[in-house]
This record gives sequence, C-alpha cells and structure tokens, in this order.
Amino acid sequence: MDYMTIDGIKVPIEGEKNILSLIRKAGIDIPTFCYHSDLSIYGACRMCMVEDERGKMFASCSEQPRPGMVIHTNTKKLQQYRKLIIELLLSSHCRDCTTCTKNGMCELQSLAYRVGVHAVRFLNKKEELPIDMSSECIVRDPNKCILCGDCVRTCAENQAVGAIDFAHRGSKMQITPAFGKQIAETDCVGCGQCAVVCPTAAISIRTNVTEVWNAIEDPNVRVVAQIAPAVRIAVGDRFNLPKGENAMGKLVKALRIMGFDEVYDTNFGADLTVIEESREFAQRLESGEKLPLFTSCCPGWVKFCETKYPEFKDNISTCRSPMGMFSPVIREYFAKKDKEEGKTTYIVAIMPCTAKKAEIHRPDNFTNGRQDTDIVITTQEIIRMIKQVGIKFDALHSEACDMPFSMASGGASIFGITGGVTEAVLRHLAPDKDHTTLENIKYSGVRGKEGMKEATVKLGDKEVKIAVVHGLKNAANLLDSIKAGTAHYDFVEVMACRRGCILGGGQPVPMGPTTRTARMNGIYEVDQLSSIRYTDENPLIDRIWDDVIKGHEHELLHRAGV
Amino acid sequence: MNKLKSREDLSALRAKAEKRIANIKCRILICAGTGCLAGGSLKIYEKMCELCGKDTDAEIVFGPEAAHSDSDIDIQKSGCHGFCEMGPLVRIEPYNYLYIKVKAEDCEEIYNTTIKEGKPVERLLYKMDGVTYPAQEDIPFYAGQMRLVLKNCGHIGAEHIEESLAFDGYKALEKALFSMTPEEVVNVIYDSNLRGRGGGGFQTGYKWRQVARQAEKTRYVVCNGDEGDPGAFMDRSVMEGDPHKMIEGMLIAAYAVGASEGYIYVRAEYPLAVSRLKTAIAQAEEAGLIGDDILGSGFSFRLHINKGAGAFVCGEGSALTASIEGERGMPRTKPPRTVEQGLFGKPTVLNNVETYANVPLIILNGSDWYHTIGTEKSPGTKAFAVTGSINNTGLIEVPMGTSLREIIYDIGGGIKGGKEFKAVQIGGPSGGCLISTDLDDPLDFDSLSAKGAMIGSGGLVIMDEDTCMVEVARFFMNFTQNESCGKCVPCREGTMRMLEILEDIVNGRGTMEQLDLLEELGNAIKDTALCGLGKSAALPVLSTLRVFRDEYEEHVRDKKCRTGTCKALSSYVISPELCKGCSKCARNCPVGAISGQIKSPYTIDQSKCIKCGACADNCPFKAISIA
Repeated sequence: MDYMTIDGIKVPIEGEKNILSLIRKAGIDIPTFCYHSDLSIYGACRMCMVEDERGKMFASCSEQPRPGMVIHTNTKKLQQYRKLIIELLLSSHCRDCTTCTKNGMCELQSLAYRVGVHAVRFLNKKEELPIDMSSECIVRDPNKCILCGDCVRTCAENQAVGAIDFAHRGSKMQITPAFGKQIAETDCVGCGQCAVVCPTAAISIRTNVTEVWNAIEDPNVRVVAQIAPAVRIAVGDRFNLPKGENAMGKLVKALRIMGFDEVYDTNFGADLTVIEESREFAQRLESGEKLPLFTSCCPGWVKFCETKYPEFKDNISTCRSPMGMFSPVIREYFAKKDKEEGKTTYIVAIMPCTAKKAEIHRPDNFTNGRQDTDIVITTQEIIRMIKQVGIKFDALHSEACDMPFSMASGGASIFGITGGVTEAVLRHLAPDKDHTTLENIKYSGVRGKEGMKEATVKLGDKEVKIAVVHGLKNAANLLDSIKAGTAHYDFVEVMACRRGCILGGGQPVPMGPTTRTARMNGIYEVDQLSSIRYTDENPLIDRIWDDVIKGHEHELLHRAGV
Repeated sequence: MNKLKSREDLSALRAKAEKRIANIKCRILICAGTGCLAGGSLKIYEKMCELCGKDTDAEIVFGPEAAHSDSDIDIQKSGCHGFCEMGPLVRIEPYNYLYIKVKAEDCEEIYNTTIKEGKPVERLLYKMDGVTYPAQEDIPFYAGQMRLVLKNCGHIGAEHIEESLAFDGYKALEKALFSMTPEEVVNVIYDSNLRGRGGGGFQTGYKWRQVARQAEKTRYVVCNGDEGDPGAFMDRSVMEGDPHKMIEGMLIAAYAVGASEGYIYVRAEYPLAVSRLKTAIAQAEEAGLIGDDILGSGFSFRLHINKGAGAFVCGEGSALTASIEGERGMPRTKPPRTVEQGLFGKPTVLNNVETYANVPLIILNGSDWYHTIGTEKSPGTKAFAVTGSINNTGLIEVPMGTSLREIIYDIGGGIKGGKEFKAVQIGGPSGGCLISTDLDDPLDFDSLSAKGAMIGSGGLVIMDEDTCMVEVARFFMNFTQNESCGKCVPCREGTMRMLEILEDIVNGRGTMEQLDLLEELGNAIKDTALCGLGKSAALPVLSTLRVFRDEYEEHVRDKKCRTGTCKALSSYVISPELCKGCSKCARNCPVGAISGQIKSPYTIDQSKCIKCGACADNCPFKAISIA
C-alpha cells in the first residue's frame, strides 16, 4: 500500500482522485468553498491550499496524491493566507448577517469564525446590485455572491441547463443569466440545486412562509397540508434526529400544533398517480404510440423537456404529479362542506422541491380554471416555521394523518427516490402480487445511485424496456441517444435532482454522502414497514374513487389541455 | 502558383525565388510594420511604386529563367526593422542604405539620387555624435544586436511566400520531413534547450517530448500570439515581418509530435499581424506547404487563426485554449497540464511566436550551434521591445546574457535627455524592477528569476530619474486589476485592494500600516493565486516596495513625491524672486487660484489649485515650480 504523510499522519492512498480527499480521510476538515466531489474541479477559492516540505503551496483539490508525499495543512503561512482570503471575501460581501436567511447556516460566516476573522480592514465599495426576485422558486442576491461558481457548474454539469454563468472580469465579475436577464427569462427549471450548493445566501429558496401563516390566522380558511414522501426523512435533520429517520408522525403533530386543520399524506396522491400512469402506459404499450412514456411527477424535468427537448413533449405522461392530483381531489372532497360552513379550503403542499412552487401556477395544473394547490413550502421552510413556533420537535409524540387520506401504499412512499415511480408502477402492473414479485422488481435494476439505470421487465407477453435517470444531464444524454436512434425504451422515469426528491432543492443542506445514504435507507424503510405494498391494496382509494373521482378522472387527475 | 508535390518541386521554386532576388539590381524595402505604417509608410510605398512605374498590388511572377522583368527594380513592403524611433524607414539594397524619418516628399530625391545613381541621400541617413552611418548594419543600434529570429524582418517582403523562400524559408521543414524522424526533431529541440520565449522559460523540447509520448493520438499545436504586455511587440513584429518563419516552426512542431492541426491565437488588436498571417497561410496552402500530404511526405497539417478579444489573461495557456474552444477565457487548475489535456482536452504543444520562430534555425543549424549563442542555461537570442525614457525605442534582438547596460547605452543610445537611469521594468506587469546595480548583470531566465523579476515576453520599459516608482507600481497594478479574470479570490479581490491602497498612497491618504498590508496582500497573492498571471500580479509592487521603500515612505510619511508625478502630493509655488508680476499665470489659471498686483509677485491659493500646471507652462520667467 502506498502512503503519503499529512500533518505527520501516515495516510494510505486508496485511489483517491485528489489530495483533498486524503486530507479529509485523515480526519482533517480542510475548508473549501468551491469543491464538490460530484462537480468538476474549479480551484478558485484557494482555501484548500497546502504546503509541501519545500514550502511550495498548491491547492489540494487539484493535485493528485503521490506516494511518499509530505504535506502540511496548517502552517502559520497557510493559516495567515486563509484568514486573509476570508477577509477579502467578506470585504466585498454584504455583511447583514443577522438578518440574512442563511444566518447560522452560512459557510462563509462559519469559516470566518473558524479561522478567526474578527475585523475587516477594507471597505466594501461594491455597487449594490438588484436582487433577482423574478423566479417563483429561487431568489438571487448577487451582493452575497462569493463567485465560487458552484451554482454555475451544478446548473451546467449536473443539470445541463446552464441558466447562469460568469460575466465581466476581475473585481467586476458576476454570476448572472446571459445579457443581464432575470432568471425567470432563462431556461431555469427551478430545481433549486444551485441553492443547495451555494455556500452563502446568494441563491436561496423563495420563501412563502408568510402566506401560510396568514391562511392559518384566518378563521374562514380551512388549511389543509399535504406532505410529500421525501419530506419525512429529511425534516428531522435540523432537530437532532438521526439522519434519514422517518419523522412523519412528529411532523403531523407539529402541523396540528401550528394550526393546520387537516394533515394529509401526498403518498395518497402518489397512489392515484400509480393507477393513472399505469393505465396510460398500458394503453400506449397497446397502441404503440408516443413511446417511450416519460413520467411527469417531476416539474423540473417537465419544464426541461418542454424548453430543451420540445420534440419529446407529447411523450410525457398526461398525468399530473402526485401533488397535482391530490389537491383537486381534496378540494372536491371539501367542496360541499366548504359551502355549508362558509369556508374556503387552502391547500399547502409541503415539498422537498423548489420547482413545485412553479408547478402550481401552470395552467395545465388548474381545474376548471382554478389553481388547485394554493402554496408550496419546502422542507426547509416548514423547519423554519416549526422553529418560529418554538416546538421541541424531537420530543413530540407522533400522530397519524387525517382520514380519509391517511393511508397509502409502500409503492407510493418510494416516489421520493430515483426509481421509485417505476417500481410502484411495475408493482401495480405485475399480475402476481406476492413477495417474490416485490423482490424481483427490487432487483430489476431500477434501484441504485447510478445516474442512468436500465431494466427489462416482462409484462404479459411483452418485454418492456425501462430507463431510469436522475439529474437532468443524464436525462439530456438519454434523450440525445433516443434522438440519435441508438437507444429504445418503452418507459422512462426522470427526476431532475440527483437521487430524486430526497436530495431535492428544498431539502435541508448539507447533503453529503452520509446524509444521502441515510435518506435512501430511510425512504426504503418506509416502504418496507408498510403493510400495504401495492397501490391496488390501498382500501381508501376505492372509496375516494367512488365518492369523488368517478366521472371526473381526466379533469382531476390529468393535465388540462393535453 | 502550382501546388508543390515533392521536395524537388520546392527546390525548383526556391531556386527561382533566389535567382529572382539575385537578378534584382536595386531593391527597395519600405517598412510596413505597425509603427511605420502609422507614420505614413504606405504613402511612401505608393509614391515609390509610381516613380518606378510599378503596380502597387504586383504579385511576384517568375519570368523565363526567373529573370527579373521590368526595370530590375523591386519594391517590397517589409516587416518591422525595429528602429521604430526613427521611422518610417526605407532600406535600399544592394547599398544597404537605411533612410530614416522618410516622408513621401523625399521619394523623388531617393529615386533620383539612390535608385538611379546609387548615391546616398545624406540628409536621410542616421547620424550620431557627428558620424553619418550610410549602411544599416553599421548603425550602433544594429551593430550591437544579433538578429537571428528577426533576421528577415525588414529584409524581405512580408506579403509574398516567394520572398520567404528566397531567404531560407521552409528549408528546415524540408530537412525535417525528408531527413529526420519525428523523434529526431524532438531530440534536436530537446538538446538545444530552447526555452519558451513567452515568459516562463520552460523547456520547449520537454513539452514536445511529453506530447509525443501521450497515448492519445489526436494532438494539437497552438501558437500563443496574444502578446498583451503594455509596451511589448516582439511577437507582433515576427508575425508581421516574417510570418512564414513562425508557421514553419509550427509545421515542424506538428511533424515532431504527430499533430495534424494547429491554431494561432492572435490578438484582434493586431489587425496587421492577422492579415499578414492570413495571407501567409493562404499562400502556404496554395503552395502545398500546408494541407494534405505536404510535399508528398505523407505529413498533413491544417492551420487556423483565432482572434483573441483582448483579454490579457488569454495569454495564459489554459485560458487561451478555453478561449479557442469558445469558452470564457479563464485559467483552470493544473494538472492536467496542457501537454496532457490541452486544446479540446487533447495533448497540446503550446509555444509562443518567438519560440516557434527559433525552431527552423535550430533544425537547420543543429543544437550545438544553438548552444554557442547566449548563456549555458539560456541559449539563443532574445528579442526585446525597448520603450520608455530611452533614445532609441524599438525592437532589438540580442544573445541571452547580454547586460542591461549594453542594451540601454550601446544599442538604445542612452537615456533620453541625458537624464539619470533609475530603473527598468522587465517582463511587463508580471515582471519586476531592475535598478542601476543590476545594469551589468546578464539578462537570462535564471539570473532574473533569482532577483524576483522575470524576462517575461521581453518588454523593457526604461525609467529615468523623473519617474515616480509608486506611480509605476500603481499603473501596473491598475493594469493587472483590470485584466484579472476574476476566478480566484486572491487575484480578484487582492489586486483590487492593492490598487485601492496604492491610490490612497499617491493621493496622499496612505498610512504606514497600509504599506505592511500591501506587502501582506502581495505575498498572499504570489503564493496562493491560481494561475501564473495571478501569482505574478503583485511582483511590480513587491519589487518596487523592496527596492524603493524610501519613496513609498516619503509619499506616506512626508506626503511628498520627489518627482512631482503624484499631483495630489505636489504644489505649485511662485518664486517671489523670479516673478515679475506679469499676471500671465493668473490669466491662464482655469480655476482662478492665482491672484496678485501687477508688477509685484503673484501667489497661488493652494486650496483652489487643481495642479493642472497651466501656470508653470505659461510663465515666461520660469518662476513657477513644483514643491
């Protein structure tokens, strides 16, 4: 085994691509702003500089480990330089920390504290730039940008969108949409992955907390919450719960304390989606038209396809997303009661997703011209609301959701992870509903973290070719190969965010490797612990179908106008 | 022109071209470099053509036996002669007369006296210390030089490949293609220890060898013609004056490393270089010296020109390749190095213009010959652009290891106005300052980097006693600050802060703590910046701060600029003894700061004075001075 020496510690080299990984392996948390293991190496922040035996300094992110190398990560000079670099960053940065949305979560703030910057010797002479509030999903505040470029690379490399890039040079450099446009004028799909990697509040989630509090405050409003599958395994992150733990019961209780009138599980909506999407898929397979069928649950993906690959628009399922199906059903369910009580139903969707904030305003998600979901708040926002109220979340006793939407299948719960939609649909379409079927589907190839997964499944006498992609760059690659005629599929599931909704743009950060694995395990555990694994075993579906949906399937469950 | 299909075809064409030159009775070379063009040399060319009965767009056509046809007179637009201070320049062969500061009106006399009768026009010859120098080669400016790379610059027509062929053009390519293997070519360059003339001084042969060894077979050769240092124009002169030499160098490099495509990255601010290169490439393509199966050797090569949009940072290798690819010109982290993953992610040889122009010489004459020139570790010559407070500004070429004294006093003719030499900024905004104690030290890569300076691309800005070194540092910092790409924090934020401090100092707002901060910032940038440009951005400040700290301290502590350059620190005063009370100063003052009674001394109200100097310029009695 080859070794190198880091601060006197002998560290084995085990195929690490850079010295930085080895330093972290040695247990030293070397700071970085611009390094993310799943993005290309940028090397701009210079925080990860190290010094070798001869006093030569280099950035550890871009240097390959060599056997016998001896480096130091915390010499006096390095400490001095790191401090100066932070001071320089702070000197051109808006320093309204106490009122910043990222206060306490800001990497610049915490590193400044860590390296001991207690004074800034330079005046901030930067011209104040306008805040871009044009997007329903994210807010860009260029005054808080430290130009690490993480967002630029995420948007281009992982998402193949490229809505933002660098403009101007030197101290006038900015990250901006092309030609100084606003973000809403670009191809931004609202996935929020830029906000996930942003170390400061230069890109943050557009918050809608005030609207929710206003609705709760109003006695004439029936405030209904629906909670997406991926929220429950991430919400505990900020309340000292173990990573990935299912905190659905505590969240339901917290919402009731806050004043929500009804609390439902979006998984019920996912079960509706399974039924409708399976039906649609079976029809298309039968007719052989508009194949492959693309899933439509992910609004980031739908917008991406519409703007970048419009030729595939008709291949997208006409189904609304689980949230999009559930809201009109809830509204229809309360229609009579609302009239009797003189109330209006206000539907709050609690989502791991920033793009959902835009989805609810799409006309094809309206029923009879009315917006169905009133507001979307993300996991991060619901955490903030719980903290505002001062609820001791970790000490709460769990409670169940309200009837008649309190039950859902395990298949619905895995909608929150890549491959989940496909798995649920396959379960639904499988003729034999036994344990072996579950295991066969589980190991068919739809699970896992690879960006592009393929499976071939026998449905009846047909061999069905399935692809599952997550991360829009992988989607773009797949679409390109379909276009080129080199790939053929019948069913394609796309999630805009890597790993699916568990790492959505609205989820609490950071989302490092440990968090990712914990959330994945968490969401599969929800499925495993369900006594109902197949959508068609959900006893409540039939009731709602008969009472609410029957005869209105298309207007309630499918996108208007398609 | 018929495409050359074999080595024999090329030899035949060369023979014709040589014969044509040999048959010329009188050859007029009119400098059409950027400087002389601006001085009106095109008009001289047109006038000369008219007088000699020539067509201004005449192509070179070879008559029977390559006899020179009409009237045995040849007129060519040449590249830069280097003696820009004295332009526009006209050289007349076979007498080798160099006429300086020529105007179109002088043409008739030149025609009648020199071309018709072979006699010099005395008044147009260079004179120094009472001596007249008819022959160009005897002029001290040229006599002290060793022009190898620039040999043809000014001596051949820059717009005809036939001219280049007559003066050894493509001879080295011929030798490489037909009597050397690619490995042998790499070895000769490696053994010659030719070091990159773009600034770094990295071994060219080492780069080539590494590219040749890559597993990836698609390779590129790229020429860096993005010469961006203020006051530097070595590469421009080669591209304008002898473009084929550089192209030949690139062809040889491509042959050596197995590349079949090349790019020349040249600044768009060099329109003449771009057009001469385009002409040269088109002619080389037509002749079959660029293209498929060159001279039947089986070696193919295509050459493209990319125009840079004026970013200084695009002279940095990885920013340059990014720019060619159509990306934002920003340096990237290395490794991977350009030799491994350069242009389009493929192994790439990246050298600058002057480096490529050295290649044909080395291939023709061998590496041992090359080692006889220059110093042991920096063999060969180096071109320098000499500007600033010096009598003979211009472009020179000297062996590596020549001292600054020889350059400034022997070749450059000394400091302008007989003033005292103070310092020289070498290597442009990335370089450092050399002072009088450095005058006799050799100029080569290693001895300069030992002094914290660098040879850079070869810009020499000479400064005299009237130059304020703090202002010089501010000037260069302003340049690098503007040209920082903005990628890494130390360069983006650090240079901006350094500039702010320097502006404070020259405006009399500086503090002693700021001097320490300046040094702290400078060292941090030097050690932590991402690319070579960033790492060297602070060098002018660090080196002036080291050598001229007393001047900085005067600015800060005494609020005084000894040269009077920093206006905020100087005040204009009227000497009561010298003032005659004529009131001219008061009448010329734009802000009404001067008052007094006629025939008695006037005074300046310092609170109103804007230090424009109009009073001092207009005082007939030299009674107003800077204090």
